[in-house]
Order: sequence, then C-alpha cells, then structure tokens
Amino acid sequence: MAEQKPKKKGLNLNRLDMPRQDPKVRITNFNEVALGYTAEMAMEEAERCLECKKPLCVDGCPAEVKIPEFIHLIKEGKFIEASLKIKETNALPAVCGRVCPQEEQCEEVCVLAKKGAPVAIGRLERFVADYEAAQGEAKKPEIAPPTGKKVAVVGSGPAGLTVAADLAVLGHKVTIFEALHKAGGVLVYGIPEFRLPKSIVQREVDYITSLGVELKTDVVVGKTFTVDDLLTEEGYDAVFLGVGAGLPWFMEIPGENLNGVYSANEFLTRSNLMKAYRFPEYDTPICVGKKVAVVGGGNVAMDAVRSALRLGAAEAHIVYRRSRAEMPARAEEIENAEEEGVIFNMLVNPIEILGDENGWVKGMKCIRMELGEPDSSGRRRPVPIEGSEFIMDVDMVIMSIGTGANPLIPSTTPDMEVNKWGYIVADPNTCKTTKKGVFAGGDIIRGAATVILAVGDGKTAAREIHNYLTTGEW
Amino acid sequence: MFEIVAKKEWHPTITEFWVKAPYVAKKHRPGQFMILRINEEGERIPLTIAESNKEEGLIRIIFQKVGKTTFHLGTLNVGDNILDVVGPLGKPTHIENRGTVVCVGGGVGIAPLFPIACGMKEAGNRLITILGARSKDLLIMEDDFKRVSDEIIITTDDGSYGRKGFVTHALEDVLKSQGDKVGEVVGIGPPIMMKFIAKVAEPFGVPLTVSLNSIMVDATGMCGACRVTVGGKTRFVCVDGPEFNGYEVDFDELMMRQSMYKKQEQEALERFKKECPQAFEGIGEVA
Ligand SMILES: Cc1cc2nc3c(=O)[nH]c(=O)nc-3n(C[C@H](O)[C@H](O)[C@H](O)COP(=O)(O)OP(=O)(O)OC[C@H]3O[C@@H](n4cnc5c(N)ncnc54)[C@H](O)[C@@H]3O)c2cc1C
Ligand SMILES: Cc1cc2nc3c(=O)[nH]c(=O)nc-3n(C[C@H](O)[C@H](O)[C@H](O)COP(=O)(O)OP(=O)(O)OC[C@H]3O[C@@H](n4cnc5c(N)ncnc54)[C@H](O)[C@@H]3O)c2cc1C
Ligand code: SF4
Ligand code: SF4
Ligand code: FES
Repeated sequence: MAEQKPKKKGLNLNRLDMPRQDPKVRITNFNEVALGYTAEMAMEEAERCLECKKPLCVDGCPAEVKIPEFIHLIKEGKFIEASLKIKETNALPAVCGRVCPQEEQCEEVCVLAKKGAPVAIGRLERFVADYEAAQGEAKKPEIAPPTGKKVAVVGSGPAGLTVAADLAVLGHKVTIFEALHKAGGVLVYGIPEFRLPKSIVQREVDYITSLGVELKTDVVVGKTFTVDDLLTEEGYDAVFLGVGAGLPWFMEIPGENLNGVYSANEFLTRSNLMKAYRFPEYDTPICVGKKVAVVGGGNVAMDAVRSALRLGAAEAHIVYRRSRAEMPARAEEIENAEEEGVIFNMLVNPIEILGDENGWVKGMKCIRMELGEPDSSGRRRPVPIEGSEFIMDVDMVIMSIGTGANPLIPSTTPDMEVNKWGYIVADPNTCKTTKKGVFAGGDIIRGAATVILAVGDGKTAAREIHNYLTTGEW
Repeated sequence: MFEIVAKKEWHPTITEFWVKAPYVAKKHRPGQFMILRINEEGERIPLTIAESNKEEGLIRIIFQKVGKTTFHLGTLNVGDNILDVVGPLGKPTHIENRGTVVCVGGGVGIAPLFPIACGMKEAGNRLITILGARSKDLLIMEDDFKRVSDEIIITTDDGSYGRKGFVTHALEDVLKSQGDKVGEVVGIGPPIMMKFIAKVAEPFGVPLTVSLNSIMVDATGMCGACRVTVGGKTRFVCVDGPEFNGYEVDFDELMMRQSMYKKQEQEALERFKKECPQAFEGIGEVA
C-alpha cells in the first residue's frame, strides 16, 4: 500500500477554483453553471488536504463522510475507490457535492478554513462521483437474501431514495410511492438544471431501481392509498414517510392572486419538472415578465431569480427584508446570481402587489426596513421604517418566503402525531413516529432543511426499520 | 400506463373515455378528479371522474376539446395508453339527505355533476336536475341523468331542445315554486354560469355548492397555481376543494386567473392544428 502519513510540507493555501460557464453565456442557457474539476485539478486540490488525525471536517458533515480517507484515494488516483468510500455513508455524492452548503458544514470547520482556504471537499466529492458515473454503470453492493419483509417508502426525495437503497441491500422488498410522475423530489421539481442536471438525479434513481426497488409514480398517499391501507390491505410491514415540506407560503398581502404572481414552487415546477423552458416543444406554459421580483433570500429564491433571467427577464430582482449578512442562501449561489446581473434589494419588504385593469401585476408597493433587536432565532429582527413606502416597477412577482407541511397524509392518518406547525413528530435518532410501524425523515420532520440532512435521516431510518423488521420491537 | 378501453364521441368537441386505472377507481368518490398527462412532453390537466367501475377498475372521463391537450387527447383511441393518471384527487362531495336537492349542470360541467347527483339520490334525496347546453347537439348525459332524477329540466341557449334560455332561468322557476323544500343547490359549469347561479339562488337562502376548475399543475397542494379567494381567504382548489360554498367564491378572480396563459394556449393550439389537422375534423372555427 502507499504511504499513510501526510506529507510534511508547507501549507498550500491556493484553493483551486472550479471552472464555470461565463456569466454572459450561461444566462442564455440552462446548462450546468459549474463545470467541475479535471482529474489533474482534483489531484492538485487533494494534495492540500493534511489528512488530519482528528479530522474536524468530518464533524461538520451531517453524513459523516470519510473525508480524509476519500481525499487520500484521490491523491493516489484511485477515483472509483474514492467514490465508493463516500458512498459508505452518503448515497448521493454527485448531488451533495453540488448542492451541500459546504461553507457551513464540512468546509467551514476544515483546519485550513482558519487560513481562509478550506480544502474544496464538495468539489472533490462531485469530481469522483462524476468520474465513477462516466465509467458506466455503478457498482452494485452485494444484496442480502430476501427477508420476506415489505417496506413502503412514500416520497422519492433524497430521504426516500436513501431509505429505499439501504433497505433493498439488506434484502427487504421495497416499493417507493411518488405523487408526481417523476422520482427525485425537490431534486427534480425544485432545483434547476443549471445547478443540478436532471440526468444526475436520474442516474441515482436508476441505480436504486437496479437494486430491486420498485418505483410507483402517480400515487398520492393519503388519496390513492392511506398509510393504513399500506399497512393492512397492501401488506407492508413498515412505512417510511419522506414527503418533504412542499406547501408554499404566501405573504397574505393584497394582490397576491393577480396574474403574474407565482409561488417559487410553481415557477420552478413549471420550468424544471414540466420543462416549460422548452415550450412549445413541451406543452406546459410559463409566463415571464420583463421586470421580475423574487421575494425571499434563500436557495429557493436564488434558483427562481436565476431561472427568470434565463427565461428572458430583462431585469431580475431579489427583494429581501433583512440584510445581506442574514441571507440564508449559499454564498456560492448569491455570488453566481450577482455575476449574472441579479439586482439585490436589501431591507425591503412588499406590502401590496398592484394590478392593471386586466388583473396583471403592474407594480409592487414596498416598505424599507431596518434591523432591530435580535429575535428568538438570534437574527436581528427587521422593522419597517415608517413613511418609507415606495413602488417597485415590476410586472411579475415570485413569492419565495418558505414552505410548510402538506396536511394530506396527517389528515388521513389520525393516530399519528404532528406538531403545531403540522410537521410529523418523529424522534430524530430513530425516525420513529408516534404510530407503530411508521417512520419519517427529511423535511417533513425538520421543516425545510437540506439534502444531506434528508440523506442522514434516510440512513437512520433504514437502520431502525431493519431493526424493527428483524426484532419486531418498537 | 393507463389503457383506454372505451370511447364515445358525444360531439366533434366532446369525447368520453373509460380508462383502466384500478387504484383510482377503487378509491373514487363523487366530486373527485384525476390528473392526466398524455405523454412525456404533455401538460398535466385535471379532469373529473364522471363515474367509476370499482370491480373492473375503470374510470369514466368526459372532456370538452378547448385547447392543445384536450384536442390531442381526443385523437386517442381504444387500446391507446395515457402515460400518467393520478387520483382520486380533491375532497369528495359532502353528501347527506337534505330532502330535495337541485343539481344544475352547464356544458361539460354536466359530467362532474353526475356522480354527485347519483350520490345525492342514493342518500335518499328527491333529485331535481337542470341541464343546460348551447344547443341540442352539445348536450351530454341526458339519459344518465334521467336514470337518477325525479324531475329533469333541459335548457338550450338557442331553444333547439328543451326550454329556450339559460339554466339560471329554470333554477329560478324551481326555487320560486318549491324553494321551501330545496335543501341544497349544486351548480357546476363555466365560472360565469356559477356566478349567476349564486345570484339567482341567494335570495332563497338555500345552501349552494359549486365545483371550481382553476388551472392546476401538481394538484397535491405543492404549487398554488390553483389558488382562488373564497370567503376572503386564499384557498387551493386541488386540496381544499374543488367544491366550495358558492356564495363565498370570487368568480371574477377565478375567471381572470384562468386567462393567465391565453397567449401561450393560442400558440400551442395553432401549432397543433398544423401538426395534426385530423384532430380538428368536423369542427368549424375553434376559438
Ligand atoms: C428550489 C430549492 C432549492 C434548494 N436548494 C438546496 C441546496 O442548494 N442545498 C440543499 O442542501 N438543500 C436545498 N434545498 C432543500 C432540499 O432540497 C430539501 O431539504 C430536500 O430535498 C428534502 O428532501 P426530502 O427527501 O425530505 O423531501 P423532498 O425532496 O421534498 O421530496 C419529497 C417527495 O415526496 C413526494 N410526496 C409528497 N407528498 C406525497 C404523498 N402524499 N404521496 C406520495 N408522494 C408524496 C413529493 O412529490 C416529493 O417528490 C432546496 C429546496 C428547494 C425547494
Ligand atoms: C377539478 C377540475 C375538474 C375538471 N373537470 C373537467 C371535466 O370533467 N371535463 C372537461 O372537459 N374539463 C374539465 N376541467 C377543465 C380542464 O382541465 C381544462 O379544460 C383543460 O385543462 C384544458 O387543457 P387544454 O390544453 O386542452 O386547453 P388550454 O389551451 O390549456 O386551455 C383552454 C382553457 O382551459 C383552461 N386550462 C388550461 N390549463 C388548465 C389546467 N392545467 N387546469 C385547469 N384548466 C386549465 C384555461 O383556463 C383555458 O380557459 C376540469 C378542471 C378542473 C380544475
Ligand atoms: S456530504 Fe456535504 S457536508 Fe458531507 S462532505 Fe460531502 S459536501 Fe461536505
Ligand atoms: S480538516 Fe481539512 S485538511 Fe483536515 S482532513 Fe479534513 S479536509 Fe483535510
Ligand atoms: S395545483 Fe398545485 S397546489 Fe393546487
């Protein structure tokens, strides 16, 4: 075997940039913005890792990816092995390498972060996953002999896909039920092609079905089947609910139902899932104004505003009620948006959307805000500045102020507890709900969170479901 | 894939299918709808389940050809498959014995009315049905309704069949002569018709239920495309409806929102006319 100890040499603080499409070009297409490292670049960046004995980076990763180990394999040019090393704890490296908020997770705590140049863990993760995919079909783990147990997984987002994969490998018969016509959850309907190509999600879905998981799209649990139907008539021994937090919030201000006002979910679903950006080749239409305002400051808002630019908006605005420092979106995506020409209106809050005589948006009345005392979340609370109202000249508004829990399943599963916001109550250490045999994870127990936390819940749930199915203990 | 097992042409612009969709059929209750997508490039559109045959796993849909997707759907034949069928969606109708119930249907709104009428009859109500169409050849399901109704009134705008005039005229007469016995009015049709039903019925103080056809995408409560103001609050038609108290619905807003994609709908239809002229055989000018 190659040497195990880190090479003793000076710290290399030259974090290697990843090539990206030119901003002027990329706003005219939906192709991926980031182009990824080449093998040479990956090996060069990997060399910077000190392979710490007590790797802080791993503490920062919710999935406990074996970071120094996989980076070591990259140094040796063993890219496939590196990818498999990541997959020991994270089933979706090509996705997480792209969309994890690394600057708040693994990379934030990397020892080199103190020097301002953390190892580009996400980019390396993405590189090896893509490298493995380019080699053809993914290597399948050995699948345990059939246990005779049946598990229903509801929702095919990152949580559901992870549970399904892990349980299939353990020999259980798994069926995924998905409400939409395509599997992937937010990864297919929400996050745009230019940030996460749909072919990558499809590859993960194909891999999971290749493990013997059955995928049933077009099934809305709570409608087509209830959870109880699954546990009784349909004969499933356990159910996992990974249904996400898909219910869009609106601001409840006048004018929100005018034509030209979208929820980010609708705008992104039309564009991504229904491929409205290819209308009329695809049948689903989408409206895009000349001057578009997206209200909100998270990843979803960035995805919506950048999609609007690509769909032909001449001017695209972010309208956010706090300041830049409080914006929850990933730093990289804010930067990308800025480069693409998105205009940021900070400390501004809409109070009314104005319509023309035909019911279309013709402007948005806003008020300026200032930051007051910190609230319960520790962020300084924005307060309106009296008399500072003004009208923004826009003809389209996209509301991206957050999402909540969909009541479809809870309302048809009376003996399962939800909290006061409607999220399913589940122990985060076991993913067990208050109903025997029913587990839940991902956004539906956390509120809108992240892909890697959903993957983490999927891992936990799979382990606990396996335990429940083999011991019968709840 | 969902197979079409029977087809009937009511009119060059109105088609009926029976589609094999066992899970949907099994759970279907009056008032519910499904979403379909014809093919990979297709749009997701909602259609009411007009009837279900639970034993054979079939659902019945009746649709009016108004745009690209419904004209395309009309070209499919027995043995063809629809790529996606999801359902049953929406809340079922609240059905109870209220003595006498008046069911009012206009145009293809008659199709979604049928299962509700059957349910009302089964619950022991005396059922008065009022069906309206622009002209005789556009009237659908008269025989189906005759089977379940105690009294039936047909109206046509041009007087080519039944009473000349609108369903609202007939409704007003019924309410005037036996309004004290009527426990509920159910009205389904174009929004403008439902708006006027509400105007006519309100003075009589009878409860009014209407079923709304807003534009939808997912129909699971995830996008908000279907939102409409009811009783001053924003509601999602796909999960909170499709049925609401007819006196509380902002019909003007509903009509305005339905027009959001007019330009694109026109463009898609023109394109489809060139691509597939056979889909438009026997039809004069399409709006
Ligand atoms: C636009 C956008 C951008 C984002 N960007 C990032 C990012 O950059 N980085 C990051 O880490 N996170 C990001 N997130 C958050 C992340 O996508 C979610 O936290 C994650 O997808 C949650 O996974 P999940 O498996 O819990 O549910 P989801 O991904 O929401 O999947 C749930 C699935 O369940 C299905 N479903 C729902 N109800 C039913 C039912 N009754 N029956 C059957 N199926 C049902 C849904 O159709 C859906 O497919 C973003 C979210 C959005 C919306
Ligand atoms: C709950 C519900 C039940 C319905 N039941 C029936 C039925 O039983 N029979 C029937 O003929 N029609 C029904 N409709 C209406 C039907 O969905 C539309 O006529 C159809 O979507 C038109 O599609 P298109 O592409 O052919 O026409 P388009 O060219 O897209 O549009 C023509 C008209 O249809 C409306 N429309 C467009 N897209 C949608 C959409 N996604 N959802 C709803 N309306 C839309 C537009 O406002 C426009 O007025 C129902 C609608 C709803 C919401
Ligand atoms: S999964 Fe996310 S947090 Fe974990 S190592 Fe990979 S990029 Fe970092
Ligand atoms: S903390 Fe940084 S340098 Fe240390 S092992 Fe992790 S990635 Fe490498
Ligand atoms: S159609 Fe999307 S929420 Fe109703």
